[in-house]
Amino acid sequence: MYAFDYQRPAALADAAALLKADPEAKILAGGQTLLPTLKQRLAQPTALVDLARLPGLSAIEKTAEGVAIGALVKHAAVATSDVVRAAIPALADLAGLIGDPAVRNRGTLGGSLANDDPTADYPAAVLALNATVVTDRRSIGAGDYFQGLFTTALEEGEIITRVDFPQVERAGYAKFRNPASRYAMAGVFVAKTADAVRVAVTGAGQSGVFLWEEAGDILASDFSPAALARLELDPADLMSDLHGSAEYRAQLVKAMAKRAVAKALA
Amino acid sequence: MNDSTVTPIGAAVRRKEDQRFITGKGRYTDDLSRPGQAFAYFLRSPHAHATIRGIDTAAAKAMPGVVGILTGADLAADKIGDLICGWLVTSKDGTPMHMGSHPALAKDKVRYVGDHVAVVIAETLDAAKDAAAAIAVDYEVLPAVADLAAADAGAQIHDNAPRNISYEWELGDKAATEAAFARAAHVTKIDLVNNRLAPNAMEPRAAIGEYDAGDEAYTLWTTSQNPHVARLVLSAFVGIAPEHKLRVIAPDVGGGFGSKIFIYAEETVCTWAAKKVGRPVKWTADRSEAFLSDAHGRDHISHAELATDAAGKILGFKVHTRANLGAYMSTFSSCIPTYLYATLLSGQYAIPAIHCEVDAFYTTTAPVDAYRGAGRPEATFLVERIMDKAARELAIDPAEFRRRNFVTQFPHQTPVIMNYDAGDYGASLDLALEMADYKGFPARRAEAEARGKLRGIGLSNYIEACGIAPSAAVGSLGAGVGLWESAEVRVNPTGNVEVLTGSHSHGQGHETTFAQLVSARLGIPIDQVSVVHGDTDKVQFGMGTYGSRSGAVGMSAIVKALDKVEAKAKKIAAHILEAAEGDIEFKDGRFTVAGTDRSLAFAEVALNAYVAHKFPTSEIEPGLKEGAFYDPTNFTFPAGCHICEVEVDPETGVTRIVNFTAVDDFGVVINPMIVEGQVHGGIAQGVGQALLEGVTYDADGQLVTGSYMDYTMPRADDLPSFKLGLTQTRCPSNPLGIKGCGEAGAIAAPAAVINALADALGTQDVPMPATPAKVWALAKTRAVRQAAE
Repeated sequence: MYAFDYQRPAALADAAALLKADPEAKILAGGQTLLPTLKQRLAQPTALVDLARLPGLSAIEKTAEGVAIGALVKHAAVATSDVVRAAIPALADLAGLIGDPAVRNRGTLGGSLANDDPTADYPAAVLALNATVVTDRRSIGAGDYFQGLFTTALEEGEIITRVDFPQVERAGYAKFRNPASRYAMAGVFVAKTADAVRVAVTGAGQSGVFLWEEAGDILASDFSPAALARLELDPADLMSDLHGSAEYRAQLVKAMAKRAVAKALA
Repeated sequence: MNDSTVTPIGAAVRRKEDQRFITGKGRYTDDLSRPGQAFAYFLRSPHAHATIRGIDTAAAKAMPGVVGILTGADLAADKIGDLICGWLVTSKDGTPMHMGSHPALAKDKVRYVGDHVAVVIAETLDAAKDAAAAIAVDYEVLPAVADLAAADAGAQIHDNAPRNISYEWELGDKAATEAAFARAAHVTKIDLVNNRLAPNAMEPRAAIGEYDAGDEAYTLWTTSQNPHVARLVLSAFVGIAPEHKLRVIAPDVGGGFGSKIFIYAEETVCTWAAKKVGRPVKWTADRSEAFLSDAHGRDHISHAELATDAAGKILGFKVHTRANLGAYMSTFSSCIPTYLYATLLSGQYAIPAIHCEVDAFYTTTAPVDAYRGAGRPEATFLVERIMDKAARELAIDPAEFRRRNFVTQFPHQTPVIMNYDAGDYGASLDLALEMADYKGFPARRAEAEARGKLRGIGLSNYIEACGIAPSAAVGSLGAGVGLWESAEVRVNPTGNVEVLTGSHSHGQGHETTFAQLVSARLGIPIDQVSVVHGDTDKVQFGMGTYGSRSGAVGMSAIVKALDKVEAKAKKIAAHILEAAEGDIEFKDGRFTVAGTDRSLAFAEVALNAYVAHKFPTSEIEPGLKEGAFYDPTNFTFPAGCHICEVEVDPETGVTRIVNFTAVDDFGVVINPMIVEGQVHGGIAQGVGQALLEGVTYDADGQLVTGSYMDYTMPRADDLPSFKLGLTQTRCPSNPLGIKGCGEAGAIAAPAAVINALADALGTQDVPMPATPAKVWALAKTRAVRQAAE
């Protein structure tokens, strides 16, 4: 680990000011990606701005549309939240599948979305549910937020404060874990509203999370696992590596989509 | 069974050492700090193969906190010798193996990614890393040789090894084997890759070197399975210090699996550098370094053919194997794919003729050496895969085909050196078939099929050679050392006992089993016995722990020493009890004059031995301390039958092990709980090889599986609850009748798992590791094939 300065501001505006003053500073939330990266000397920030003491970023609240989850809420808290489970049980399920207990008790929603790892779980939920990412500057719709591998609409120094998840009729998440890392090789979140179905896929795409629109269209008219049987996902834009070819990932996406629909119906 | 009882052999005594291990009170090398210690960081080669045109350390030496920077030139200037390979293998044309130069720090060339270029010693590890980044190395990059299959066509790695061949070796009778094939009714052929594995001990390697200028003596604390061998190699061959001026301590060691047998560059450099910089020098590998530089295991490509007659009896077996040595020959690398491999190719079967050729190649990859099983897993995989394939080709049930060819008379001389002393292969097969409900399998398969799943069942009837090994035998085969073991039993005046052993425990539970043996023999509570190991200043010499040898060889040495202790104690008791020595009986911890009630407790005799008032010290020396060296008369031959049942999800390619039955014949069992633990761990590693693990280098020789993000370690949820059973034939070649249990699971499991998958998928071409992606592709092919039928 290289040396760095450590700041723990008490107010959001102070955090923003610190980040503005030092473009090489990094935000520290749960640290579940950042700290291993630092330990391996793969990053050399001048300073870490720890958001842990900021007020108002750690709440889970029922809203008129669904639930609002603060950026600093830990995965374990989402997984065990009665509010989340009542509104969007699939979101609680997803949070309970992230990493291992240690990760779930340190990692945060905001941290996961800001990092936008292409094999992370939350992006699938945010995109399928068409959630809104709220920052200290603005609100960003899910469709605009994800822009590629580790790339989001966030500007320099912009801080996620919460995410607004709208309630849907039905939702389900199914994940196939990479045998080694246990990250998603294919994670599929299916969300059904009155007039549409959105199917978001994480772990498999070359450019990060994406919407599988053909699957959504078919499920909109027939929301059943069997409806997906005749559909094939084009592997052209999927990842291919030591653990599986793009063709295999296409198969996994389809299999997980079927299982996600089955869970949504359960 | 608790600590204050006498513990008979065969009792499931709770492990004495676990209290300190699970409460964080173990003392591993990295837990130790020496006054004034500095920290070493090794600058490693980023290239698989390159000439070093120059190393500029000037800027790095000026960095803050740097204590010293040393390179291969400094080693050469001090006339420090190369790392060695301790077993000479001779090619079939009579030429000795071509041992490439192996300096602890590269001299003019690097030969794998992770090879040692320089060591930076600094006040902190971070300072050492910072300085290492400032070293300028001028490399001329050469082509990598990462592909074993094409290693002979690659760029030459060592000047003295044309075509990158170290040796082309053979074993067995070629003419007799060809003759057997000429009269065969059927020949089964198979091509197999035995995948390369990273050992992944939980504790990474570590070393602290220290030099005492007053005594002119060195101390090395290191993660070693055999500290005395390390001292011998570092003194006699590498030449760091005379043997009596070098103390090697292997304190608590957190797993080895073979990878900590070898004498590595890092511990060598830390010891040597301690004097150079005048400070203790500490190094601890991080996990990335472990992946790069621990000696890997396995890595064979083999073609084998099995000849059978019309009655399904085996006539002959021939094997041609390409073995990967990696960039350098590690301490015992030469004997693994030869004498620990081809000698087991007869399996449990009466095979009249066997011929095996092994070509060993250098590649620009990490060195390959012993890893749990070491040669025997490779042999078992080959034998048990081709047995299954042959059975299917001959339309004989795989269990029946094996039974038809079992060795049933003992001793049995195989055509490949080994002489099997005892066994009952039918008994373990029968018990395993029953425990696995082999007969009920077709119904379970049909039930799975109704759920859209593919079920398969597979057998592996393994045999291994353990208790390594008779010194004269291994000497005649090229070993540079004898493979006996030593023990010393020190009885204290108060009657408690210290056992000094040349074996080394790095997870095996010796502190319990060895104490259990002494407790049972002397009739004293187990908490009155302590086991001392791992320090060359305490234990005079020993050969260490590997090859499942500590029970059969290490404990036999203790038995010999105990025999001497008992004999002397009887003499003392006879004098005190004023009886003839021949009338003294020793039972349940008491020396009794036969036929009388006159007796002495063991502790009373011990006290008298040291007080020495009551016997003539002109006839009997005071004291009660005896040592022994035990050299086994033969290898031991643990054997058994493992049966794996798998269920494949054709939609995702996921293989679930639904049943795993292991029936083993380990001879006499000292502590069944510890034996079970050894079997569990071995199976986990065997399943890991079959389904999960595989070291992968890309064409440029870069390690692709350099972390747990890409190298799949077995996890608890990859494994079922195992069904374990034991059969027993006593081993006739050691006093306890024990055979060894440390490697059986890793040896047997891969073939059982892959045979089960082959059964489920209807193809014999199932590669290891059979990852979900590969299994999915095979399941898809099966579906296409079935649709066509």
